[in-house]
Amino acid sequence: MTWKQMFTSSVGKKLIMGFTGIFLILFLIVHVALNACIWANDGGKMFNAGAHFMGGTVVPRILEIGLFAGFILHIIQGIMLEIQNRKARGNVKYAVNYNNRGSKWYSRSMGLLGTLILLFLIMHIAHFWLPNRSHQGFLLGEEINLYETMKDVFSNVWVVVLYVVGCISLAYHLAHGFQSAFRTIGVHNKRYNKMLTSIGYAFAIIVPLAFALMPVSFYLGWIN
Amino acid sequence: MEHYNMNLNLKVWRQKNSNTKGEFKMYRVENISSEMSFLEMFDVLNEKLIADGEEPIAFDHDCREGICGACSMYIDGKPHGPWHANTTCQLHMRAFKDGDTIVVEPWRANAFPVIKDLVVDRTAFDRIIQAGGYISVNTGNAVDGNSLPINKDKADASFAAAMCIGCGACVAACKNSSAMLFLSAKVSHLALLPQGEPERHSRVLNMIDQMDKEGFGSCTNTGACEATCPKEISISNIAKLNQEYLCASLTSEK
Ligand code: HEM
Ligand code: SF4
Ligand code: FES
Repeated sequence: MTWKQMFTSSVGKKLIMGFTGIFLILFLIVHVALNACIWANDGGKMFNAGAHFMGGTVVPRILEIGLFAGFILHIIQGIMLEIQNRKARGNVKYAVNYNNRGSKWYSRSMGLLGTLILLFLIMHIAHFWLPNRSHQGFLLGEEINLYETMKDVFSNVWVVVLYVVGCISLAYHLAHGFQSAFRTIGVHNKRYNKMLTSIGYAFAIIVPLAFALMPVSFYLGWIN
Repeated sequence: MEHYNMNLNLKVWRQKNSNTKGEFKMYRVENISSEMSFLEMFDVLNEKLIADGEEPIAFDHDCREGICGACSMYIDGKPHGPWHANTTCQLHMRAFKDGDTIVVEPWRANAFPVIKDLVVDRTAFDRIIQAGGYISVNTGNAVDGNSLPINKDKADASFAAAMCIGCGACVAACKNSSAMLFLSAKVSHLALLPQGEPERHSRVLNMIDQMDKEGFGSCTNTGACEATCPKEISISNIAKLNQEYLCASLTSEK
């Protein structure tokens, strides 16, 4: 059994999805905690200090490469999985579908939800990461004031709506993905599975809600 | 429960063989007793078709008591019909009412090609079993059954997994046409017992390898398989299978 075989089998592909999924969940915790500093309501001082640590110092910038790798692996593997799984049904589809009687709609729509998140990500990167990094010359140059950029970006109601839609997609992706990832990597103890399902639902509500409240807070002037 | 008779409309998939395109045909059956099984209702229809000089509808069946797994019918969008934890042969017509239209399709999966009408080729499952669903035993006298202590909870879990009758409903129900519930039942059943220990690692690797060759999809834990399984095989067996696979592939020397 080679490493290649290990990760290209049907179960191996899922192991990649599961491990990268959990890695991305950990990233979300860091991301949401840091961004929550905007609610310190200090004109962005605390937030910009955090953003500087993440974007302007060496170690987090090296870790950033790992984050991109995690995203890319998850996305490529996710798309390939979706294509192969659709093919496995064959040419003739069912006339009547099992639908919600057997599973939740969002559990069956991980590919669609992931694609929505991907579209959101492209817009999100274009709003903040790209302007900042290009200003830095992609090294450790001077950063832009991200707090002011946020204020600016989130003054457009349509951008705020798109961010909220992105967060809703993420919420449903995680409502299935959180507990599914642990099953995928082999957690089969019924007690833990139950606990992880509950934690997963809580995570899927709290984290995307906090993210969604950020553009809303700027737009409605709750912080300034 | 009150006994009653009913007239039904059936929309059934007809397909001459694996090389031809199939289509739905409408049939009407009359005076069906609520106490008949779904297959007996099909017997009535087939008698009528034969009497009319038409080709009877081909469908798989054997035990007709819910233990062999042959009776594969996808009824109104659910494998084995509307009842929970039930096989088509044990589905009774009291599940329906007079005037109902029932849609009957074969299992749909690349790995289960249609042979004729509602009959699909499920030998892919046999090849998966052959790849690793066995244990080594010594020849000679049978050992005393009590000489091997087995934890009661594990014995129960193993027995629950061994209930799988290989019907393929899990594949039919899964949006990914994944055979993971079936495979996980077979792997858990043996991995939980000391008798399954000698081939524990090679079994899971070989069986998954065979499953992939057959063209089944990858599991994404939607839960549709567990909801439709006539033997209530638990989806936690799939997580157990994933763990078995991870351990076996990480420790493999080859
Ligand atoms: C921050 C963003 C994301 C997080 C936290 C995340 C998290 C997860 C998790 C935890 C799983 C479950 C893995 C498993 O069951 O083994 C999953 C599955 C999946 N993800 Fe993502 N994901 C993200 C973004 C994306 C993106 C951008 C795509 C783009 C195509 C995507 C596509 C998929 C697909 C297709 C699955 C289904 C596979 C399955 O159900 O196992 N995800 N994701
Ligand atoms: S796991 Fe259940 S649905 Fe799947 S083959 Fe076995 S008995 Fe049938
Ligand atoms: S005919 Fe044997 S289980 Fe239905």
